[in-house]
Amino acid sequence: MTLQEFFAMGGYGFYVWTSYGITLLVLVVNILIPIIQRKQFLRQQALKQKR
Amino acid sequence: MFLVPDVVVRFFHRMASPPHFYTFTERWMPWLVGLFVLLLGAGLYGGLYLAPADYQQGDSYRIIYIHVPSAWMSLFIYMVMATAGAIGLVWRIKLAEVVLISSAPIGASFTFIALVTGSLWGKPMWGTWWVWDARLTSELVLLFLYLGVIGLYGAMDDKRVASKAVAILALVGVVNIPIIHYSVEWWSSLHQGPTVTKMGKPSIHVSMLIPLLLMALAFKVYYVIALMQRARVELLSRERNSQWVKNKIAMETK
Repeated sequence: MTLQEFFAMGGYGFYVWTSYGITLLVLVVNILIPIIQRKQFLRQQALKQKR
Repeated sequence: MFLVPDVVVRFFHRMASPPHFYTFTERWMPWLVGLFVLLLGAGLYGGLYLAPADYQQGDSYRIIYIHVPSAWMSLFIYMVMATAGAIGLVWRIKLAEVVLISSAPIGASFTFIALVTGSLWGKPMWGTWWVWDARLTSELVLLFLYLGVIGLYGAMDDKRVASKAVAILALVGVVNIPIIHYSVEWWSSLHQGPTVTKMGKPSIHVSMLIPLLLMALAFKVYYVIALMQRARVELLSRERNSQWVKNKIAMETK
């Protein structure tokens, strides 16, 4: 199987890769959001304590 | 407590304590991420490369490796959420409330993925993006239940009262779970019947089944990782005035 054939997915490339792409995006965002929120929270609270 | 070994009881007692839980998640996170990457890599390699094309659906069926595990997770997370809700209502355990509300966005995400990938699979196979049949409609209702839980929780200021309210909503919504599962048997549907959980032998070849199960495991581990990340934020914010959170703040900003 060539790389081109692999990405073509027997003509269903659009449907297969869009599915995998959206899934990847949603899963990554779900991890990033709480990490950003935690960093923000800790920074804000630290500022409050200093005051 | 009889029948339950003492070690198990002690483990749950410790885990119910927010600072212990927080430390525990920090220690286990790298291992869980490693396990997730391994399972995901093996599942994708098996599903996208090793497994042959389907004799009827060609390569389009490869969407199954994310569609089915996501749909399973959408039901599984809902049951975790409802169970945590029941525990929170009965024993008022803070961590149970945190597990409930932290699960909701992850469950909503998997429901969304199941619906979108189903649509992207339905278009080439059924000739339509969407039909209002029992399986698709009940899964859409599940998405609204998740969004309802998130919305209701966000709308109330007192988080302990809000937890009670969303727990009741989550428990009422459990009716929908068997409807989703049996919808393809109770009503005629464009959606295909179960291939894996069918009684006796699953009607799927082992070269396709193994990557599917690997992906399902990978998604389970992902849920644990995402749940821990969300629960940490929720715990910090709820316990902001307690000493252990103040110590955490001091440590992280040094």
